[in-house]
Amino acid sequence: MRIGVVTFPGTLDDRDAMRAVRLAGAEPVSLWHADKDLKKVDAVVLPGGFSFGDYLRCGAIAALAPIMEKVIDAANGGLPVLGICNGFQVLVESHLLPGGLIRNEHQHFICRDQKLIVENNQTAWTNLFEVGQEITIPLKNGEGGYIADEETLKRLEGEGLIVFRYSEVNPNGSINNIAGLSNERGNVVGLMPHPEHAVEPGFGPDTPVAMRSGVDGLQFFKSVINMVVNA
Amino acid sequence: MPKADLLDPAGKAVANALQRKGHNTVSNVRIGKRIELHYLSTPTDQDIAEAKQIAADFLSNGVIEDVVSVTVEN
Repeated sequence: MRIGVVTFPGTLDDRDAMRAVRLAGAEPVSLWHADKDLKKVDAVVLPGGFSFGDYLRCGAIAALAPIMEKVIDAANGGLPVLGICNGFQVLVESHLLPGGLIRNEHQHFICRDQKLIVENNQTAWTNLFEVGQEITIPLKNGEGGYIADEETLKRLEGEGLIVFRYSEVNPNGSINNIAGLSNERGNVVGLMPHPEHAVEPGFGPDTPVAMRSGVDGLQFFKSVINMVVNA
Repeated sequence: MPKADLLDPAGKAVANALQRKGHNTVSNVRIGKRIELHYLSTPTDQDIAEAKQIAADFLSNGVIEDVVSVTVEN
C-alpha cells in the first residue's frame, strides 16, 4: 500500500503526514507539485501549510499546480484523497469539495487540541471510527471558517456529507460547526484539524490516560489502508 | 496598488500560475486592494477630501503603494 504526500512550495506538514502514513503501516511516497506523476500510489494526502504563500486565496494557486491535474482526475476516478488544513483549502479551490474557507471569525490564528464528533464513517478515511465517536486532534489555522451557500449546505446535511463537526467549541466560526466534509463517493475527505499530528504516543494531544498520548489521528490512515486492502 | 517597480510576490505567483495554464498573452499580474468607506449619508465634498487624505495617510503607504483612485459609488 503506497500513499502519496504532495509537497507544494510553502507546504509544512508533508514530513509529519509521511511519518503518519508509515506509522499506520503503509509506504509514504513523496509527490512534487510540479510533476505530473502520481507514481502509482493507492491514495494521496494533501498536507497542511501555506502553499504559494496563501497568495490570492488559500489553496487557489496550488489547485492549478501540475500534480493537481492528476490528483483531480484520479479523485474523480475514485482514488482516496485526504486534504488536511491547507490541503482542505486546495480541495475546495479544486472543486473536489464544495464551499469555501474564510478567516476565523475571531480573526486570530488558533492552535489547540480540538474535540470532533465523527458524523460519517462511510468514507475511505473514516471507516474505522464509529458514528458519534468523539476524537481529539490538533487544530491550527487562521482561515478555517467553513462557509457554503444555503443550497449547498442543505445538500451536505441531507446527503450526510459532513464527516466531522467541532465539539464543545466552534474554534473558527464554521457554519453548522463543520470541521470536515467528503464528496458523494466518500473517497475525497477534507478537514481543517490535523490527524497527522496525533499518531504517536508522546507527541499527540493530552488524554485522560496520560499527557500527549492521543493517537486518534492514526485511524484516518489505518482506515484508508483498511479500505484499499479489503477492496 | 503596489508601486509598479516593486516586486509584488502575490501578483508574480498568480502570473506564474496563469503561464502554467497556458495564458501566454498575460505578461504580468499585480494585485492591489479595494477599500470601501461606508457613510451614514451621501458623502459631502468635505467627506471626499477627507477620504483622500485618509487614503494617503493611513490606508496606503506611499513608499510602497499608490492610491489609484478615490471615487463615490452607491
